Amino acid sequence: MNLHEYQGKELFARYGLPVLPGQVAETPDEARQIAASIGSLVVIKAQVQAGGRGKAGGVKLAASPDEAYEKARDILALTIKGLPVRKVLVAQAADIAKEYYLSIVMDREKKLPLIMLSAEGGVEIEEVARVAPEKILKQHIGLEGLRPYQARELMMKVFTDFKQAAQAADILLKLYNVFMDGDCSLAEINPLAVTPEGRVIALDAKVVLDDNADYRHRDWEHFRDPAEETPGQRLARERGLSYVKLDGDIGCIVNGAGLAMATMDLIKHYGGEPANFLDIGGSSNPEKVTAALKIITTDSHVRAILFNIFGGITRCDDVANGIVTSLTESPLTVPLVIRLTGTNEVKARQILSDFGLGATTSMDEAVQMVIAKAQEVTA
Amino acid sequence: MSILIDKNTRLIVQGITGRDGGFHTQQMIAYGTKVVAGVTPGKGGTTAHGVPVFDSVHEAIVATKANATVIYVPAAFAADAIHEAADAGVALIVCITEGLPVRDTMSAFHKVQNLRGANNPLGKPRLIGPNCPGLITPGVAKVGILPGHICTPGPIGVVSKSGTLTYEVVKQLTDRGLGQTTCLGIGGDPIIGTDFIDALTLFEADPKTEGIVLMGEIGGNAEEQAALFIKRHVTKPVVAFIAGQTAPPGKRMGHAGAIISGGTGTAAEKMAAFEAAGVPVARIPSEIPGLIAELLQRRRARKKSAPGKAAKVAKVAKVAKVAKAAPKAAKRAKSKAAPARKAAAKPAKKAAKSAKKSASAAKKTNTKKAAAKRGRR
Repeated sequence: MNLHEYQGKELFARYGLPVLPGQVAETPDEARQIAASIGSLVVIKAQVQAGGRGKAGGVKLAASPDEAYEKARDILALTIKGLPVRKVLVAQAADIAKEYYLSIVMDREKKLPLIMLSAEGGVEIEEVARVAPEKILKQHIGLEGLRPYQARELMMKVFTDFKQAAQAADILLKLYNVFMDGDCSLAEINPLAVTPEGRVIALDAKVVLDDNADYRHRDWEHFRDPAEETPGQRLARERGLSYVKLDGDIGCIVNGAGLAMATMDLIKHYGGEPANFLDIGGSSNPEKVTAALKIITTDSHVRAILFNIFGGITRCDDVANGIVTSLTESPLTVPLVIRLTGTNEVKARQILSDFGLGATTSMDEAVQMVIAKAQEVTA
Repeated sequence: MSILIDKNTRLIVQGITGRDGGFHTQQMIAYGTKVVAGVTPGKGGTTAHGVPVFDSVHEAIVATKANATVIYVPAAFAADAIHEAADAGVALIVCITEGLPVRDTMSAFHKVQNLRGANNPLGKPRLIGPNCPGLITPGVAKVGILPGHICTPGPIGVVSKSGTLTYEVVKQLTDRGLGQTTCLGIGGDPIIGTDFIDALTLFEADPKTEGIVLMGEIGGNAEEQAALFIKRHVTKPVVAFIAGQTAPPGKRMGHAGAIISGGTGTAAEKMAAFEAAGVPVARIPSEIPGLIAELLQRRRARKKSAPGKAAKVAKVAKVAKVAKAAPKAAKRAKSKAAPARKAAAKPAKKAAKSAKKSASAAKKTNTKKAAAKRGRR
């Protein structure tokens, strides 16, 4: 799960990281009230999960509550990189003398947390990595954790002022606690800013949580924003299915993530456009099939649906039963192509043919069939 | 021959009394795997599916001399199960469970790696997974959840991040008469115990494996590293496939590791890396059997036309190279030694000794050398 900036800052504040006071607003009126309570120059920032918010006009300063109202109204009307702005963060503004970049990310290669630090803050780190990789300091954190002296040593490499380095080291140690206790896959501060008075603060927060750890973080539930999910996404999450909506018109329901990706690729290869990624997982449960069909049919762009099932743990007859139950309850308005092979394939074929449905065993053939059917519908 | 599991594999099932553990224990036994014990804390002294159940892995090992374990326990307890198996001295630990927090996998990974010792890719213990389908040596044994009926014995080693995609491709190989030495699913998590390079090292060392099929997916850079490793150290033909060519950036495609982030981890980059390493990349799964069949045929034809010759020449060349280097090293040591002869006698001897050592090392197989090189990286 990716957190919004205001959520990331909330998490940071819990661990004692220095962030400036601010609150999230959904209306211009709320923004005015928050600005009034802060009582100084405020910054209004669009809360969307996309880089380049500033460039898109999603970050503005406001000197008075009335100006905060106007700026919030403008920003709330924006759509940044396809994402409508539904919330703004209204926070105390800071003067910035210098900007740094600091993050901790899980490094897959060394299998350890990796600190990334750069004096080139405030810009996208991918850009720095591309243009001037030598400007990013990298250091792994061993299993035994991060020592204060290690944090100080690292910070002294980029901060010339010792007092600032000490503050930054303290921030790094706290960020490490956020990362480990919080089961993050990324905890990023960009910019890590120094004020003209020499105070070091976290001006932004980008946090990615490891979804697999949600069972031990009851508090994560309140980070979830139901309004951000489409009905299909919500249903998928509730039923434990992995669903990603795409722009095409061929809905696909597959068991297994790798096969699901390969199915999308194959649709594209034969000239179609996949409408989604949907993995019904390994377990054998007809209810998951019913839920999957419901999710797909919430997408009005879908013109044909493909089932691609390779039975291993998943039993083909369970899938067939799920399809039959689902179609009996609510018949489909778009054509359906079924590919089934593996465990209990024969039984499954029988169940389907009793219901008047056919099934193929070849993935290539099924994909070509579903593309043809989608084209017929469009024509 | 095969990699990692064979007729001598004696398997424990951790979580044997659970729904998945129980079902797959039956399947593994039916396939011919020697399942010798189960472990479920609190159920020691009972039996399940005809095998004795113990409270701990340690007890199970003492009683049954098991050398491998497969883990089906729920995600919240799976990392602990890996730690327990490693501490009990199990050589092969296969974790099927999905949904482990990465932080937990990280500690389990390092536990296993520290026990094995650094720079020892062929050593023990070895962790496979988590979040993987396990492995199968067709006709001999299977550990995990791969369906047995789609496999057949033969010359191809299969390694994949995926589960059902592996089945798809293995079935297509089998249908084309291309059997397998071992099919290994390494899992799609960000941190996994055995990666492509480990698997390639094992297949390269296995005399019965003649060709390798590698299936990767978006996310991370394991495929790029595998490509580089193949170019440098793998003599057997490899065919690659990458799933997720149409995946959008920033979205997790089911597997925790399958995500394009910050513009890296794309299928295009991975495919380009393999092509740059001279590894043919199948654009769609059904191209894989044809590609590997062609490479196998070419390799066999080469071997037939010059039986053992190519390998011999290579070996000789290497020994010659080292032999050339040896006098140089001795010379260097000597010239350095000139001002203080007494002190120099030792290093000169040492240099000669190390030259001798490296000459004998060169005689060993390519793989061992590859393994050592990898360790040094």
